[in-house]
Amino acid sequence: MTESGKPILYSYFRSSCSWRVRIALALKSIDYETIPINLIKDGGQQFSEEFQALNPMKQVPALKIDGITIGQSLAIIEYLEETRPTPRLLPRDPKKRAHVRMISDLIAGGIQPLQNLSVLKQVGQENQLTWAQKAITSGFNALEQILQSTAGRYCVGDEVSMADLCLVPQVANAERFKVDLTPYPTISRINKTLLTLEAFQVSHPCRQPDTPPELRA
Amino acid sequence: MQAGKPILYSYFRSSCSWRVRIALALKSIDYETIPINLIKDGGQQLAIIEYLEETRPTPRLLPRDPKKRAHVRMISDLIAGGIQPLQNLSVLKQVGQENQLTWAQKAITSGFNALEQILQSTAGRYCVGDEVSMADLCLVPQVANAERFKVDLTPYPTISRINKTLLTLEAFQVSHPCRQPDTPPELRA
Repeated sequence: MTESGKPILYSYFRSSCSWRVRIALALKSIDYETIPINLIKDGGQQFSEEFQALNPMKQVPALKIDGITIGQSLAIIEYLEETRPTPRLLPRDPKKRAHVRMISDLIAGGIQPLQNLSVLKQVGQENQLTWAQKAITSGFNALEQILQSTAGRYCVGDEVSMADLCLVPQVANAERFKVDLTPYPTISRINKTLLTLEAFQVSHPCRQPDTPPELRA
Repeated sequence: MQAGKPILYSYFRSSCSWRVRIALALKSIDYETIPINLIKDGGQQLAIIEYLEETRPTPRLLPRDPKKRAHVRMISDLIAGGIQPLQNLSVLKQVGQENQLTWAQKAITSGFNALEQILQSTAGRYCVGDEVSMADLCLVPQVANAERFKVDLTPYPTISRINKTLLTLEAFQVSHPCRQPDTPPELRA
């Protein structure tokens, strides 16, 4: 892949972390190529030597852009924000920026890693659902409370931010793990509003190059 | 209160609190500590450090160059989002006492395997080049955790070297768990 070419996103259709980055790329109208990495097939394509050389963390997403490869979804999004600054994904005000990052970290660092594929494998099949539900409800309890003071139309005020990019995929995970969302009216409202936006639709798991036919929208 | 000293809610042994204490020390920000015994999930500490960086920009904790900044954030997220949450207190409670050590060691070695590899291309004197950054603030407390969980650090020479160098810096010493207001007497330096 040459430096002058399109960015390349290594992505799995169902990975919530990959979805965050897909939303960012869509919002910023950045044209890119997808190389699907199937986390389950062949024992997990993320473990291939080839992919490991590219991203030692053996995780998706990874973005090859401007001659470098970046792993970790929030690091990728912050890089996109700094190099392709419009439209904004972080507010101007440092205190609001802190709120956006705090919410993003809560989801990306506090919830998702506790219910990702490799952790669920370790807890064993019979414990997986309970474990995942606990991680999510624990995090959503905190998030619903935080949103009382930060949310407007979206997670922080009335502009879409990095926090919203983390929220929608995490709600999708919650639904997959059959978490009851009734205790989280603010999370649900914001999620519903965001899903009407085009960037959140084109990036949806059901519309990706590697979406299986039976799940395709 | 906006006009007073910043207040840090901190637990002496929490690696997440330690990261923020290092940042405050490096930026010479005077603060008050309110010790807490309950450790909240560490996922939001990086937001604090980024806020300090934006409002008290010297000395820098993030490089100027966006690509180097991406490397700093990638490494920080790997540690703060990829390793630490998997071996924090509340998760360890869930896996049960007999499994705790193995579980924690697995989380750390898995992350350190990746980190050692990444550092091959990013590290100079420190994690990214030759300036102390947010990544270094994450590294030192995580190595301390690794030692606490008896992880063999021989496979990680770069991590070990950088950790050793960082621990000679004053900000990493004054913020150390063994020197906090709430450090128990038997663990005090």
